[in-house]
Amino acid sequence: MQTPLLTYTLRLADNALVLGHRLSEWCGHGPMLEEDLALANMALDCIGQARNFYTYAGEIEGKGRSEDDLAYLRDCDAFRNILLVERPRGDFAFTILRQFLYAAFMHPYFERLSASKDERLAAIAAKTVKEMAYHLRHSAEWVIRLGDGTEESAARLQEALADLWPFTGEMFEVDETERALIEAGVAFDPAGIRPLWLDTVDRVFADALISRPGDGWMQTGGRRGEHSEHLGHLLADLQFMQRAYPGSTW
Amino acid sequence: MYAQALNTVTEVSKDDPAKLAAFQARIDAEEKIEPNDWMPEGYRKTLVRQISQHAHSEIVGMLPEGNWITRAPSLKRKAALLAKVQDEGGHGLYLYSAAETLGVSREELVDALHSGRAKYSSIFNYPTPSWADMGMIGWLVDGAAIMNQIPLCRTSFGPYARAMIRICKEESFHQRQGYEIVMTLARGTPAQKKMAQDSLNRWWWPALMMFGPSDSASQHSDQNMKWKIKRFSNDALRQKFIDATVPQGHFLGLTFPDPDLKFNEATGHWEHGEIDWAEFNRVVKGEGPCNRERIKARIKAHDEGAWVREAALAHAEKRAARKAAARIAAE
Amino acid sequence: MTEKNMPLWEVFIRSRTGLSHRHAGSLHAPDAEMALQNARDVYTRRGEGLSIWVVPSSAITASDPTDKDVMFEPTASKIYRHPTFYEVPDEVGHM
Repeated sequence: MQTPLLTYTLRLADNALVLGHRLSEWCGHGPMLEEDLALANMALDCIGQARNFYTYAGEIEGKGRSEDDLAYLRDCDAFRNILLVERPRGDFAFTILRQFLYAAFMHPYFERLSASKDERLAAIAAKTVKEMAYHLRHSAEWVIRLGDGTEESAARLQEALADLWPFTGEMFEVDETERALIEAGVAFDPAGIRPLWLDTVDRVFADALISRPGDGWMQTGGRRGEHSEHLGHLLADLQFMQRAYPGSTW
Repeated sequence: MYAQALNTVTEVSKDDPAKLAAFQARIDAEEKIEPNDWMPEGYRKTLVRQISQHAHSEIVGMLPEGNWITRAPSLKRKAALLAKVQDEGGHGLYLYSAAETLGVSREELVDALHSGRAKYSSIFNYPTPSWADMGMIGWLVDGAAIMNQIPLCRTSFGPYARAMIRICKEESFHQRQGYEIVMTLARGTPAQKKMAQDSLNRWWWPALMMFGPSDSASQHSDQNMKWKIKRFSNDALRQKFIDATVPQGHFLGLTFPDPDLKFNEATGHWEHGEIDWAEFNRVVKGEGPCNRERIKARIKAHDEGAWVREAALAHAEKRAARKAAARIAAE
Repeated sequence: MTEKNMPLWEVFIRSRTGLSHRHAGSLHAPDAEMALQNARDVYTRRGEGLSIWVVPSSAITASDPTDKDVMFEPTASKIYRHPTFYEVPDEVGHM
């Protein structure tokens, strides 16, 4: 049985790793050289966040598992990331809009988490908050340019929004595991920042000349280990070497 | 990384002899030439070609290593590899900028690459089927590139020299991270050792070819040496690389795939066997294992990014128009 | 080629407090905000910067190298602008 703190820390770690992995898929294939570098920077931020959270998760668990054991040797059902981050990278509109929706949530979230009663989480969150602030700024600027750019870019952005929107609800979910941590002042209740998130989204969407879909059915499951088909393929790539050559040092 | 000695052909100069002499005097005095200075047409053309080929090499060079970013075997390696490949993109960007100071646009340069008119270092036409190749590229390919690039920090054209200084500074970690990967494999399980040895077998000769044809077969470097675009001969740099690298490989217990490789006590140099120049020429000509797919991958990224670039430009125009309209309304 | 060229920007970076901004290089970007963000991602990956300026390359007016003599030669003869032009006895000390 995982302690709530371990599950919670793994959720934060898995979100960061899986999103970082998706962003890293762009390296060498970006729409322009400058943006190739920007996407890689965001990927590096996410991978760095994941490493910090995994290292801490390993310590909480106390079984000597390293960051790599946790990243490379768990199967899909043990991953606790939200479904949003495991969606395939898609086109640039999809990637940048996902980054925006995620960062618009994670930036204020980590800001609040940096006041956690858990000192380690607070410290990692404090470092992460600056990174997410930049991701938010960069992705928001792009959302505006794509939305208010050409007909094609607006259509692609609209399409990406339709694809992504049903996966945004999971960011605000709270289960019993997390409820206990919120009450203990360790975790932070995401419901508290939903108005702020919506406000950011609406402001940027207004400049991008697109409107947010109505609140329909929201997809859920990732945080409980119930994933889409895509995570397995991602892990097949990510974990290949560790699985093919078990017990080796790299 | 990756300033391959490409031995670009220089044009016979039709420039005014007095101006030429003054130009040569500046070069001889180790003065840097800046973009707006007078320069012989041949010098300008040679530079555009060499700098852009160098830039293309960085950009195409992202692909063979990019191949392993999603599969790197640890998070530390993944971050380092991603940072390294990203650096290469940055270096391509610095170099394109240096070439642009000579009056060509990045769009023209990229178009020359995609249409096959421009070359890039042929080392990237070899595949990276194993993780050990990430180590080998860092150790051998970056190692060979550094031999070429350090003298380029003093090349006569200012923007190129400045780009190279920045690149050399940033690249200092690339070769070390490569060697560390190879070292970890060489000290690992039998399967890992085999991985490292197989990879060395595949990369050693192509790495030696990176320095370009041997001096006796290369006719074009004289003028480039005189203009101090190039400062050392292909063979001299190749020898320097071999002398530095062979002991590093032996230290790891690896064997070089050259039965004729031996140390000459009298000269203090490692002597190598015959390089297969037929293979080199074949790969340069486009018949390497990956030439076609590398260029296709670049074209695909460029084409798929076209709508993004168009949108960004369209937005900038709209914004400028709105600003202008608001100003007129206010007046 | 039918594609329009992406504007070129010159990037200036203040690397430490108290220093002036220094030319770092150039890049392409559609507008000023993107140029600024790209400059951050391209030219400050190793903590090189505290402040960035981006300027459209087209906005720079440069002196002509062939005017070098006209522009800069005349100052060479004005040696009275330099402290060593004036004689002060050693006994007076540093001045």
